[in-house]
Amino acid sequence: MQQSNYAIETQGLTKSFGSHNAVDQIALQVPRGSIFGFLGPNGSGKTTTIRMLLGLAEATAGTISVLGHAIPEDAGVALPHVGALVEGPAFYPYLSGRDNLARFDSADSKADPKTRKARIESALARVGLTAAAEKKVHAYSLGMKQRLGIANALLQPREILILDEPTNGLDPQGTREVRTLIRDLASQGITIFISSHLLLEIEQICSHLAVMSAGKIVAQGSIAELSFSEIHNLTLKTPDADKAISTLNSLDIEARNEVGLIKANVIHNFIAPETIADALVKAGVKIQGFTLEAPKLEERFVSLTGEGFDVAR
Amino acid sequence: MLRDKFMEGFGTLVRSELSVLFRRRRTWAMLATIACIPIFLAIAVQLSGSTIPPGEGPPFLDRVSQNGLFVGFTAMILAIPLFLPLTIGVVAGDTIAGEANTGTLRYLLIAPVSRARLLVIKFIGASAFAIAATATLMITGIIVGLILFPVGPVTLLSGDVISIPAALLRIALVAGYVTISLMGLSAVGLFISTLTVIPVGAMAATVVVSTVSQILATLPQLEIIHPYLLTFNWLGFADLLRAPMDFHSMAINTIVQIAYIAIFGSAAYSRFTTKDILS
Ligand SMILES: Nc1ncnc2c1ncn2[C@@H]1O[C@H](COP(=O)(O)OP(=O)(O)O)[C@@H](O)[C@H]1O
Ligand SMILES: [Mg+2]
Repeated sequence: MQQSNYAIETQGLTKSFGSHNAVDQIALQVPRGSIFGFLGPNGSGKTTTIRMLLGLAEATAGTISVLGHAIPEDAGVALPHVGALVEGPAFYPYLSGRDNLARFDSADSKADPKTRKARIESALARVGLTAAAEKKVHAYSLGMKQRLGIANALLQPREILILDEPTNGLDPQGTREVRTLIRDLASQGITIFISSHLLLEIEQICSHLAVMSAGKIVAQGSIAELSFSEIHNLTLKTPDADKAISTLNSLDIEARNEVGLIKANVIHNFIAPETIADALVKAGVKIQGFTLEAPKLEERFVSLTGEGFDVAR
Repeated sequence: MLRDKFMEGFGTLVRSELSVLFRRRRTWAMLATIACIPIFLAIAVQLSGSTIPPGEGPPFLDRVSQNGLFVGFTAMILAIPLFLPLTIGVVAGDTIAGEANTGTLRYLLIAPVSRARLLVIKFIGASAFAIAATATLMITGIIVGLILFPVGPVTLLSGDVISIPAALLRIALVAGYVTISLMGLSAVGLFISTLTVIPVGAMAATVVVSTVSQILATLPQLEIIHPYLLTFNWLGFADLLRAPMDFHSMAINTIVQIAYIAIFGSAAYSRFTTKDILS
């Protein structure tokens, strides 16, 4: 078996429902050991992609490799190393949380029945469900089901975790706990593939991102690559608008007055911010505020997908 | 080698399947209802006195009050056309569609369990329910028979008299005969269950198949296809109640049911192994 640098790699992956391409020619490259954010608005094809990665749905076209194994042909070899949460958690409502985990664990022929009990208890402890383990799942809140779903993905030591919108239905405290758990797992070398329609929820923990829009990947790479921008934004707050604009113009920076704020686009590394500030002060411009920075990821993604990510929930 | 791989962890999942099936309240409710059939039958006979003329009502009904061992046989004949197929419809129709409906199917498949193995396990589960159903009916029949009626050596259809242990053996054989019939229907239900994510639809369709088959068996114009109908031999266990015992009808019914299991099992396999799991 060829050892690939990518935990997950797809080529030309496509899934059509009738004439509509829910996933359209995507080439995912998820580096081993990364926390890979799979972002996109609702309906952009994230869950459909994940179903194909796990062999649940057959690709209309394209190839998939997970840990170097072809999917769906060798899914039986790859999947024991993959823990996943797909399109929300699902359980037998009439069984307890603990018995649900035992049920899914016994479906895995590679899982050792002798260590089952211990593995279930440690997975439950990891997501903070030990106290509720005896309760029937129909009495669980959505947040508890989400945690139990994550516990199910952690029943075995895994190489990859695929988590489809794992923070859905969690309160802000729960969301923080999931982020901490993911960081913790990633620090053990597990590759994490996490989908979300909320950039702000996962931006802080991801090392890599891919952005989906209407079935296509519109951007992919490390956070550093994606944050890099040739054009930075200058914002200046000052009562001396006219004097400021003419000073900036003399520095070959084309500035405009936008409702009391002076704005300009500055090419990256074209001129140091302190040089600009210096020139403004020398010209007698009173500076109340001054920033020169790369555009926020959020703004870039809104422009890429043409739709806003939900900022607040 | 290949067989070893298929068997690895097989027993564990069978145990899990049975424990999930028999921990559902619905399963016990159905078994309890099945137990009511011989109970109500025996009580009705008891209340009506011992004056049922031979040939009236279901076969053996007139003998129930003379020998309690007939309660199980009579109840079985009452339950075969509709009631037992109804419970099998619920269990077999739910096998795949029920898991798909709750979404647990995707978590079983990514555990991972191969789709072929899951089908086999589901069929084993449905068959186990069929055994539980026929055993519940017969054992309850024996118990109420013992309580309400005299029990003694049994006079067979052929006029021969057999001992109580020999009669119990024949009761077990009839239960086995009916179990095999219900396994044929289970295979049909398993196939239908792979076609939908709505379990009630699969349950109803399975019951419809058994009912339609029984209706077709009553149409003389279709006589030529009668021997191939799923249900045609379902009530044909009278041979087992003769002396000496005749296994001819048992063999024919078993062959027909195995053919249905093979055909609908393959259909379920080719459908389920190529299906997108989108629920
Ligand atoms: N079973 C299905 N049949 C037809 N269309 C589907 C099906 N599942 C998903 N789709 C379509 O595929 C697209 C992508 O859906 P999905 O992958 O669930 O998006 P996301 O997870 O990003 O919200 C949507 O347009 C959706 O309507
Ligand atoms: Mg989704």
